Amino acid sequence: MQGWFFVLILVLTACALFYIGRSRAVTTVGGDATILHSKPGFHGAFVMICGLVPAVLVFLTWLLFSRYLINAYVTAQLGADFANLATIEQQALLRNMRSFADRADLSSLAALEVAAVEHYRGFVATAALLVQVIVAALVVVGSWFAVRAIKQELRARQFVEKTVMAVLIAASGVAILTTIGIVLSLIFESINFFQKVNFLDFLFGTHWSPQSAFEGVGAEATDRNSEVFGAIPVFAGTLLITAIAIIVAAPIGLMSAIYLSDYASPKVRATAKPILEILAGIPTVVYGFFAALTVAPFFRNTGDAIGISVSSESALAAGLVMGIMIIPFVSSLSDDVINSVPQSLRDGSAGLGATKSETIRRVILPAALPGIVSALMLAISRAIGETMIVVMAAGLSANMTVNPLEAVTTVTVQIVTLLVGDQEFDSAKTLAAFALGLVLFCVTLLLNVIALRVIQKYREQYD
Amino acid sequence: MTDLAGGNVEHVSIHTSEGARQRLAKRYRGESIFKWLGRSAIGVSVAFLLLLLSTVVFQGLPAFTFNFVNLPFELTKEKLDYDGTAESLRKANYDAVVRDAIREQFPTVTGRSERRTLGGLLSSGASVYLRQQVLNEPDVLGTNKRLEVPISDFADLYLKGQITSDYTIEGRGALRVERGENGMRLIADQDVFADALSRAKDTLRAQEATLRAQQSGLQLSLNKTRGDIKALQERIPAETNANVKSRLEAELERSESDITVLEARIKQLEEQITNIESRVANPGLGEDLTGEMMSVLVYADGAVLKVQKVTSTTANVEQYLPLDEAVTSLDASQWSIRVLEVPEANRKFTDQEIVWTDELVERGFVRSGLNTIFFTRGASREPEMAGVLGAAVGSALTLIITLLLSFPLGVAAAIYLEEFAPKNRWTTLIEVNINNLAAVPSIVFGLLGLAVFLNYFELDRSAPYVGGMVLALMTLPTIIIASRAALRAVPPSIREAALGIGASRLQTVVHHVLPLAMPGILTGTIIGMAQALGETAPLLMIGMVAFVVDIPMGFSDPSTVLPVQIFMWADFPEPAFQQRTSAAIMVLLGFLITMNALAVVLRKRFERRW
Amino acid sequence: MSVEANMAATAAKAPAVNTGKVKMSGNGVNVFYGEKQALFDVDLNIYENQVISLIGPSGCGKSTFLRCLNRMNDTIDVCKVTGNIMLDEQDIYDKNIDVVELRARVGMVFQKPNPFPKSIYENVAYGPRIHGMTRTKDELDELVTSSLRRAGLWEEVKDRLDQPGTGLSGGQQQRLCIARAIATQPEVLLMDEPCSALDPIATAIIEELIDELRANFTIVIVTHSMQQAARVSQKTAFFHLGKLIEEGPTDQIFTNPINKKTQDYITGRIG
Ligand SMILES: Nc1ncnc2c1ncn2[C@@H]1O[C@H](COP(=O)(O)OP(=O)(O)O)[C@@H](O)[C@H]1O
Ligand SMILES: [Mg+2]
Repeated sequence: MQGWFFVLILVLTACALFYIGRSRAVTTVGGDATILHSKPGFHGAFVMICGLVPAVLVFLTWLLFSRYLINAYVTAQLGADFANLATIEQQALLRNMRSFADRADLSSLAALEVAAVEHYRGFVATAALLVQVIVAALVVVGSWFAVRAIKQELRARQFVEKTVMAVLIAASGVAILTTIGIVLSLIFESINFFQKVNFLDFLFGTHWSPQSAFEGVGAEATDRNSEVFGAIPVFAGTLLITAIAIIVAAPIGLMSAIYLSDYASPKVRATAKPILEILAGIPTVVYGFFAALTVAPFFRNTGDAIGISVSSESALAAGLVMGIMIIPFVSSLSDDVINSVPQSLRDGSAGLGATKSETIRRVILPAALPGIVSALMLAISRAIGETMIVVMAAGLSANMTVNPLEAVTTVTVQIVTLLVGDQEFDSAKTLAAFALGLVLFCVTLLLNVIALRVIQKYREQYD
Repeated sequence: MTDLAGGNVEHVSIHTSEGARQRLAKRYRGESIFKWLGRSAIGVSVAFLLLLLSTVVFQGLPAFTFNFVNLPFELTKEKLDYDGTAESLRKANYDAVVRDAIREQFPTVTGRSERRTLGGLLSSGASVYLRQQVLNEPDVLGTNKRLEVPISDFADLYLKGQITSDYTIEGRGALRVERGENGMRLIADQDVFADALSRAKDTLRAQEATLRAQQSGLQLSLNKTRGDIKALQERIPAETNANVKSRLEAELERSESDITVLEARIKQLEEQITNIESRVANPGLGEDLTGEMMSVLVYADGAVLKVQKVTSTTANVEQYLPLDEAVTSLDASQWSIRVLEVPEANRKFTDQEIVWTDELVERGFVRSGLNTIFFTRGASREPEMAGVLGAAVGSALTLIITLLLSFPLGVAAAIYLEEFAPKNRWTTLIEVNINNLAAVPSIVFGLLGLAVFLNYFELDRSAPYVGGMVLALMTLPTIIIASRAALRAVPPSIREAALGIGASRLQTVVHHVLPLAMPGILTGTIIGMAQALGETAPLLMIGMVAFVVDIPMGFSDPSTVLPVQIFMWADFPEPAFQQRTSAAIMVLLGFLITMNALAVVLRKRFERRW
Repeated sequence: MSVEANMAATAAKAPAVNTGKVKMSGNGVNVFYGEKQALFDVDLNIYENQVISLIGPSGCGKSTFLRCLNRMNDTIDVCKVTGNIMLDEQDIYDKNIDVVELRARVGMVFQKPNPFPKSIYENVAYGPRIHGMTRTKDELDELVTSSLRRAGLWEEVKDRLDQPGTGLSGGQQQRLCIARAIATQPEVLLMDEPCSALDPIATAIIEELIDELRANFTIVIVTHSMQQAARVSQKTAFFHLGKLIEEGPTDQIFTNPINKKTQDYITGRIG
């Protein structure tokens, strides 16, 4: 409600400022807008920007950082009573204070908490008033100066365009910010984790059972946790499922691409391509559902019938379905790669009397090999990072095995299981998910960077 | 030509020699194998897609209809403790109303547990459903109007024919009804129960086979244990090490006791087998119809009698719907036999429940129709009360935020990079960064959201606006890449034309380039939104797995989204939930197809060739 | 009187050249595309209300020079210009010059007709709109009509002003582009091979138009065809391999060139 009110005020102010600027510009030149350097609308926008941008920036800063100010103030007011609490209790108190701030009934709170809420309210009331005054003053002062600056030769258009450019540049910075955010948050939480668990024990340990993690501090905790956070079985499981997926997807995807680009009639192409696109557009949760409720039981029952024991969460089922999921990915990438091999090579080979398949196998595929390899690398990265299929169809327990009929677990499954539900942000279990996430991010990033590089080089070669 | 080639044998080219012909034939075989491989590769994808879709549709379609029960509920002011306030209506005991309404239909049911089973025919959400109707329309109070409530999930499945198959045999000859100490007996003048009896014997035969297999398995281990004992007995005297010796002796003892157990068990099986054998060998001998056999019901003059024990001409029965006390005999037109093929022990819906449900249908209390509950409600533990609307609204709220954030940001970034950015290290970095961001696993965005939005900025858990932010970051690269491609496709001559008459670069872009690129940008955006709509993993991270009963009304209400709902339902074991999962998938796919179709139409409609 | 004859007559009664006011001038203009230099030290005066044509073999830098005159080269990242180019005593590469304003004063018509994919009316009205040149809708209508009239297109399009400009024939499209350019009321009009994509009849119409426009505008035209240069321009400048070889009154260049290269080009030995 308050949010909508704020938006309404903002829009109204913006319109008002625009109108003021516009009419001011027209009156300065005695009504003949054609002699203005910039059209009147730009003058309106000029006043609007000068009036609103500083005010909005101040307001956003307040929204983002007021929390720290409030916490600092309340903490200072509570003094020793607060300082004597354990960190966890301090946090709980602050959380309660915030959630009870706009409730009337405080009877369920402890005395200290009630005091905190009262300090909070007092501070917020004053501070909010102050901020409102500052913001209003900024609007008035900013637009006043802007209106004063309006004259015939004012380059309002340039000013407005520069502002828009700044906005455009900021927008393209968001992508960078996202990456920085990912890297920082993963690294930050992982460092916390590696204070609880030895880094090498994590990377090379062979026993993974986070549910028996020891929540405590000190050397003992590190030792005990180092025994249960050995991620090798998780990595091994990921590799097993990824390998199965690639074994399925690579030949099928590649052959599809070859068939579609060199053999299929336009009619076949026109139906097969959309089908592959549909396959690519189906959400992974649907694949997961199919893997867990149709494919896995089918494998288990078949196994039962012929006397082989197959786990109901077999790596085979998850890997197979994941393989099918990435077929369109492999085939469209390979299609690009194969099509960028110049026609002259095909003609050359055909001119020597080679059949089509000989041309493809002996000339085109070798020429396209770097591209195909990087396509496969992208596919592998996709498979490693795929989550829902394995969460639904693969197991939870970390077995070290290469038998595809047994259940294994993967990095993404572990991240999901460790993080879904309530988490304490300083528990080793939660942090372990971030360490796994960091490994996942690094590996996929490496694969992607190399693959994109190779593909780019490859394209340049034939351009 | 012919002369030269055919006539002059010495001049045969190496490419036309016999060997070359054979090689060529082989090469052509290779060619066709290769082609065939390509075709089967496509075939695999097509087959998988068909399999997946048909499985989902086959499972999901039944969930789109549902059976409702409309009973006369006693909605009097007294019963509800109505004192004129809406509050009292809200707090009234609708459970009792529902319970009494169904009991009233079967007044003869008196047993405590039977009554509970009877009540279970209606969904446990029936009272909630009823209250809703009363609150919406308080006029129904005191009218005794028939109102609809949902039937239980298993009853619904039964009515859709998914619990058991059945067949009916018309009555032959007359039946005499005999009422005795141990219940009721039907006596026929012909062998009308022979079919039931012989099927019972068939089941026995199958049981016998299983028992025999068990027995021979036990026999094997018995023999093995005997062998072990023998070996042990030979080894023990020769053993010198006292420790080992005592261990071996303990083992021997254990094996010997095993033998006794095994022998006893085998003997027991033997007896069972002999018993069954003799019963099977004597086709005339009557049999008990147990829960492992098909169920046989006799429909007689409005009553339903469950057969407990048969011979070929008689049947001991229990009255599931009571037969009129006065009736002592039934002629052929008055009775029939119905066989339910799935044994009662193998289903979660008993014969008694089946009989009651049929009776409700018979009396016209059941209506099958569109499953409005599924389309109008949120999550529930009861499959029949669970709907997708909550998740769909959650998805919509999330996507709105995603769109509001990612579209302007993405388009702005694309405009800057494509139209204004100088070629330098910084812009190259941004480009590489965007390409790589597009390939980062989605779950990593979930980790980002968890660490930054939830943990650092302490935004709300499970809230659509946080989900929308995470998905916006995820779709941003897609939109940027698509928008750049669309901008690039606008020919430079348009830009030159505008610049040439003195438009600024920004005016050129805003007035000319952007409008021309918009169809492409929108197509890319829709595809990005479709991806976001199907995304599950990052939303799990930020707590959108909440069990949300209420339909979310705002951007900060706890919600879930369609794919997460599918994920959660897929975990529930009830068959009715399985169907709803598939149905929810159909809904999700429906939205996705609509969005993609929109993108295709947009592309086709506004496609411009320069 | 046939169009051809008219053209010839115009060239014959061309006024004295090298008189009048210098509207634009290039002094020591060098242009680089990255490492590659495309123009070498070009000096050239352009006189008010005259038509000057730039001729020379493909790739000699005619378009490059033309695009320097309204700084269209700014849109090419790698392009660097040194030397100075004056418009009415003002260096157009000066920091304080607003390119947008410059381009409004020095309009341009391109080789390939490039109407906006909008209505004919919108095409012509776009310039006046963004420059805020008119006060009312009626004024704008008036300006659009007169521009189309002066571009000789009015009769052909007056009934379909709301139809897309891209639906016109090639010659009409080019005249629409000219109308669009003159609607902004530039002082100088640059034309880069405006007829190269057109058939002879459309070409003749446009040539006639250029001659009429001379009364109000200073026109710089790049052309491939020497006949065209002879027909429409009072002055001609010959470029070769990025250098300005010779410039002078059109009849002198064509009948009595000073430089050997010019002569070779005119007689068809290079090109
Ligand atoms: N955008 C550009 N980038 C690099 N070189 C260019 C570019 N435009 C033109 N050139 C080069 O500058 C030279 C002059 O080109 P131009 O002025 O277009 O010649 P023309 O006289 O045919 O109009 C040519 O050698 C051409 O290759
Ligand atoms: Mg040129």
